[in-house]
Amino acid sequence: MSLKDKHAIVGAATTRFGKVPGVSALAFTVEAAQLALADAGLAKDSVDAVLCKYPPSGFQGLWAHKVSEALGIQPKIAATIDQAGATNIGLVQYAMMAIEAGLIETAVCCYGDNPLSGPPGTYSKPRGPEGAYGMFGAPSGYAMIAQRHMEEFGTTSEQLGHVAVSTRAWASKNPNAHKRDPMTIADHQASRYVAEPLHLLDCCLVSDGGAAVVVTSVERAKDLNKPPVYIMGIGQHHIAWDLPQRPTLTTSGAKISGEMAFNMAGVGPQDVDVCELYDCFTVVPMITLEDYGFCEKGEGGAFVENGTTGPGGSIPMNTSGGLLSESGMAGMQLIVEAVRQLRGEGGERQVDDPEIALVSGQGGIMHSHATMILRN
Amino acid sequence: MTTEYNKPLPRLVNEAVSRPFWDAAKRHELVMPRCLNCSNMFFYPREQCPNCYSDNTEWVPVSGKGRVYSYTVVYQPANRAFQEETPYIFAIVQLNEGPRIPTNLLECEIDGVELEMPVEVVFDDVTDDVTLVKFKPA
Ligand SMILES: [Zn+2]
Repeated sequence: MSLKDKHAIVGAATTRFGKVPGVSALAFTVEAAQLALADAGLAKDSVDAVLCKYPPSGFQGLWAHKVSEALGIQPKIAATIDQAGATNIGLVQYAMMAIEAGLIETAVCCYGDNPLSGPPGTYSKPRGPEGAYGMFGAPSGYAMIAQRHMEEFGTTSEQLGHVAVSTRAWASKNPNAHKRDPMTIADHQASRYVAEPLHLLDCCLVSDGGAAVVVTSVERAKDLNKPPVYIMGIGQHHIAWDLPQRPTLTTSGAKISGEMAFNMAGVGPQDVDVCELYDCFTVVPMITLEDYGFCEKGEGGAFVENGTTGPGGSIPMNTSGGLLSESGMAGMQLIVEAVRQLRGEGGERQVDDPEIALVSGQGGIMHSHATMILRN
Repeated sequence: MTTEYNKPLPRLVNEAVSRPFWDAAKRHELVMPRCLNCSNMFFYPREQCPNCYSDNTEWVPVSGKGRVYSYTVVYQPANRAFQEETPYIFAIVQLNEGPRIPTNLLECEIDGVELEMPVEVVFDDVTDDVTLVKFKPA
């Protein structure tokens, strides 16, 4: 039994991004779900599953139940899932499985949070004793990944900078992006170190906002507002919880997750027209491209040089500006952007007639990974 | 011995399991948990061996020698108390016995670190009660 081409994303939406004071995580989530349902042309009483990624700025038990209640929905399945940044693709996968099993017909997968305007320090809490050594939050962990990648493969800071610069070039074409000012490699190099070898401009934004998608069967998808975006392949892989326990820092869960998704879809990297790859730090999409097979392991640095992934490049990547420039929120917006590209709704940043889009999510310090392949 | 140490002390997620590690550090000894069933040595400390799930484990002294697995020079710590230390080196050290542990590198220039560089343990008595396990070039 394959899940290929049996389900579709029929609604997709984002809220405002950036610093948006006075809007709670719940309100962003509700707004995103409402907009996604409207995009699909579905009423709330047609939703029978509400699947949520928990908001990191304030974990609450029964979060999906609170969201369902706020949406005025009593779903057959309400679930709050934690796979960190891989969660949003995970939510879509669980929706597909429940639909395929005949348990539900339509799911809304939604996420919202206000880490910039809301509770401070969301991403800076140590998990355990490492706080005593000055290890807090994500940058130090990703810096150690980048350090290893540089040492093993000769990757340079300038090559990491190309990821940031190309992504910003896309964001400049997105009126809703949090950061739109042009960026050069010199800007990247001149930005201060946060955790060497990572400069400030290697790090994603912290942004308020929300995003949501609606998933249903291809049968149900036929007569809705927008042309369905079909889910061709999907996969996950989870490699550890604690950074020192990872077998290697330079290969991630993207390898197995990507193989699963590409095998299900029956396509390969050469067939992909547009990529939306989770980019909490510049080194992450570089490693993801390697693990997915766009280039050999260790060649990610050379691969992203000179605008390969930017506007006009051969592999358009993070066309709305990614986490680095559009919104630092944890990945649902990347799925939305892939849907928009496949529908031709990309506006100034639209890629020429894409047929296949690849989306990744990853979380922890590259501990969790999820991959999804979409087509129009 | 400072009484003004204002940085976070180790947050022990599981006090009962982790206590012997910190007690040993206070005696300037580095110990690791080892499984008495399958001989697996592991870190961080847990109730069960992650290889065979036995809860029959012991603490054993290790050499305190290892190599730098990876590191970062921190300039902008998320915790303000560490600002005065910047730039400082946060590292993962792989012990010769196998386990990897999070730590700081001392007595080392920030541009003088190399991956796989040999290091040895240094015990940093930061308060009367707490000793942190750090490393320096060997
Ligand atoms: Zn064992």
